[in-house]
Amino acid sequence: MTNHWVDIKNANLIVVMGGNAAEAHPVGFRWAIDAKINNKAKILVVDPRFTRSAAVADEHVRLRPGTDITFLNGVLNYLISNDKYQQEYVREYTNASFLVRDDFDFNDGLFSGWDESKKQYDKSSWNYQFDEDGYARRDPTLMHPRCVWNLLKKHVSRYTPEMVEQICGTPQADFLKACEMFAETAAPDKTMTSLYALGWTEHTVGAQNIRTMAIIQLILGNIGMPGGGINALRGHSNVQGLTDIGVMATALPGYLGLPNERHVDLQTYLNMSTPKMTGRGQVNYWGNYPKFFISLLKSFYGDKATPENEFGYHWLPKFQQMVDAMRFIEMTENGEINGFLVQGYNVVACMPNKHKSIRALSKLKFLVVIDPVASETANFWQNHDEFNDVKPEEIQTEVFNLPSSLFAEEDGSITNSGRWVQWHWEGAPPPGEGKTDSAIIAEIMMKIRELYEKEGGRLPEQILNMAWDYSKKKHPSSEEIIKEVNGKALADLYDGNGTLILKKGQQVSSFAQLRADGSTACGCWIYAGCWTEAGNQMARRDTADPSGLGNMPGWAWAWPVNRRILYNRASMDRNGKPWDPKRQLLHWDGAKWTGYDVPDFTAAPPGSEVNPFIMQQEGVGRLFALDKMAEGPFSEHYEPMESPIGTNPLHPNVVTSPTVRLFQRDAAELGNTEKFPYVGTTYRLTEHFHTLTKASELNAMTQPEAFAEISETLAAKLAIKSGDMIKVTSARGFVKVKAVVTKRVKQLMVNGQPTEVVGLPIHWGFKGATRKGFLTNVLTPSIGDSNTQTPEFKAFLVNVERVS
Amino acid sequence: MQVNRRQFFKICSGGMAGTTLAALGFSPSEALADVRAYKLLRAREVRNTCPYCSVGCGILMYSRSDESGNVKESIFHIEGDPDHPVSRGALCPKGAGLVGFVHSKDRLRYPEVREAGSKEWKRISWEEALERIARHIKEDRDANFVETNANGVTVNRFTTTGMFACTASTNEVGYLTQKFVRSLGMVSVDHVARI
Repeated sequence: MTNHWVDIKNANLIVVMGGNAAEAHPVGFRWAIDAKINNKAKILVVDPRFTRSAAVADEHVRLRPGTDITFLNGVLNYLISNDKYQQEYVREYTNASFLVRDDFDFNDGLFSGWDESKKQYDKSSWNYQFDEDGYARRDPTLMHPRCVWNLLKKHVSRYTPEMVEQICGTPQADFLKACEMFAETAAPDKTMTSLYALGWTEHTVGAQNIRTMAIIQLILGNIGMPGGGINALRGHSNVQGLTDIGVMATALPGYLGLPNERHVDLQTYLNMSTPKMTGRGQVNYWGNYPKFFISLLKSFYGDKATPENEFGYHWLPKFQQMVDAMRFIEMTENGEINGFLVQGYNVVACMPNKHKSIRALSKLKFLVVIDPVASETANFWQNHDEFNDVKPEEIQTEVFNLPSSLFAEEDGSITNSGRWVQWHWEGAPPPGEGKTDSAIIAEIMMKIRELYEKEGGRLPEQILNMAWDYSKKKHPSSEEIIKEVNGKALADLYDGNGTLILKKGQQVSSFAQLRADGSTACGCWIYAGCWTEAGNQMARRDTADPSGLGNMPGWAWAWPVNRRILYNRASMDRNGKPWDPKRQLLHWDGAKWTGYDVPDFTAAPPGSEVNPFIMQQEGVGRLFALDKMAEGPFSEHYEPMESPIGTNPLHPNVVTSPTVRLFQRDAAELGNTEKFPYVGTTYRLTEHFHTLTKASELNAMTQPEAFAEISETLAAKLAIKSGDMIKVTSARGFVKVKAVVTKRVKQLMVNGQPTEVVGLPIHWGFKGATRKGFLTNVLTPSIGDSNTQTPEFKAFLVNVERVS
Repeated sequence: MQVNRRQFFKICSGGMAGTTLAALGFSPSEALADVRAYKLLRAREVRNTCPYCSVGCGILMYSRSDESGNVKESIFHIEGDPDHPVSRGALCPKGAGLVGFVHSKDRLRYPEVREAGSKEWKRISWEEALERIARHIKEDRDANFVETNANGVTVNRFTTTGMFACTASTNEVGYLTQKFVRSLGMVSVDHVARI
């Protein structure tokens, strides 16, 4: 979230699209209701289903799963052509006025630079025009035909209300009603907040769904404002934290990148990773990249990291290709993987195409599952009739099941969606012989070290030089680890005037203190400040709210540097006048910016040329994404990989996203409308958390059995009554579930043909306290977003039959 | 006067017993000795955060601590933390069932192994589990580690064993896991954020 949960109360319009917050984040959603009651806010829900969020909305507008970009580009078209945007914000704080290269183009579904033989883009034309000093050219009048604003206007002009109706199945009148609600927040003193979740991410165009809303929020002037922003409602309690810590294929902590094969040495890596400033006089904060990275190497390798050995740079692995979860499963099925350690991740239940997951795990030599409860993954080799139809004797995988603690049995911090890092305490030990997750990792690590110390092996120094300076090596305490993450001075540190800032050994209080010369260590630069010399900031419990805007600066700690609203400098005009005096966060006190939040800015005075988006090379919000996205700098509608209309009305030659990664085996398991005429979409219920709560009897009682939601028209056509057993089949397999015939899903008219949506919750399996059920992910395709490789769980094709 | 939650319960229980029973003719001191105190009084109260969605609701957990030390502490009640500025004491239907998750019948209690081709789990000691796992990892790493690529660039990577991490883990477990996988040269690493 750019903002945070309580801040939702400041919104004038709450758009719930790509999620169902009332169901999936019910307690956080109370702040939307607060806004409705106390701020006269309206709630707009755009969703294929009439959800629990829709039930309390002022307007619910339906669309077909997988057509959000069409809808949102239609909104953009409406806002631009009706002059409903915040003009000063657009001119000053976005790249609307920047000139784009003459060879950038978009034609018949493809952006310039497409190479059909390689199936990839040469992105060099997706860039600005630069002057002789290397700064981007601009036209503040927005008249130049090559400025971003005019290119955007032209790009979205194809998304007329008629086109929206044809692709999304949304009646034009409903669509225009939604547009008018968006448009009201173009006023500088009105804000809209966007609440989204997996309903946007789980598409082959997931990241572009979100980008399209980001463009809308920028032109409405809603980024940086209390009650505004782009607010990802994360799916799990610490998705935010684990992502911040970068436990991913190509990531390191703090959104630094794991080196790849082109980064042949430290200097090359730093040169390629550190962005150059492209706007005159701007901040370009990522220019500090080397300070963050060298401090990380010092945290990893301690005294072993020296300038002579490039601070241990070559002990980090360099990757060849991103081995994300789906590629990993594909490689495992190919026999390219021997071992697999799984920490609390129910792979068989959560990954798409369950049969593929089972085939892959069956090829492993060993599988280690670290989990507090029995999962389908640890038990994938067990036969459970048609729920898990395998032959154990044919599966040669050696499987270990290690009992771990859960939340209540450990100390530590987790980071909520609003970036609040909150400390918690252990209430009891895990049952039986269970151990904490950190103890399990540490003990495996120490065992491996012992073996390498005793026997040698391949590159033992990579293992032995990783700093492990914990008082109990086999059981590092959370306090010790998070203090290491926060970082400390490794020598006395002085500022430019020769004043001592920190003594050797003291905890840093901000990433601004980090150095690139090896005199600081920091495990995750954005977490610098969470445990300072003043102690554990994450455990703070001051509920004071001096601004009345709900920022609660004394409760826990938010990254970065306890800032509650990102980009908050953009809540004021260039001279520091707030767009809305009722939501003033910051003011200039004559020497610096100060106020109710930590300024997201430098000490540049009011009226300076310094732009508010200091993390960007040019300091402005990007309507045109340069080369940062796989599919193109603007967003374009592409059909789901399994499309119910089989064409793209905008450009029939390019139906689905051209940049999607498609493994041969998965391509063979794609279906079409002849056999699978209905659109399947998966989702969650408020009573359950994914496949975890089925282990809890209290939750199992409330939603004991799998079901699917179908419309009254589909039920009538197939002679299905509520409570009948139905078989839902995709090109990957089938599930049998109870039918719920409901008005919550409805037939839509798409591209001139009636289209049915089948709703499939995901909470049951062959383990747990609920009734045994099929894992819904039997049905879903193993294909992901081109940027994130998040699977397309939200739009695929199925057939439905009544089971006698 | 500063009164914390526990003192508040004590005052309430003592006060109520005192007034009602004194009115019936008992002396307050005897009455205080007779009335059974609230169960929460003997509990240890600990603050935590709900592990399900990302709202981060505050929770209070109550566990019974047996001071004699021969009974393991056990959590018997979990409720919303009324001081929490986001959740203000509320929990959703998921969070309301947390105590059921802590005491799930599916909790694992000791290390187990399922041998290749077997139809069942076999209980093993931690020592055996750790030794076998460490041996597997070392054998695979030593057999498949890549020091340099075809162009002679140092790459020091190990692709044939992978790890997926959990997003209910703490930041501390995440950081330890990051150090663990990179110290082995592992690049086949992911966590639940993508789904």
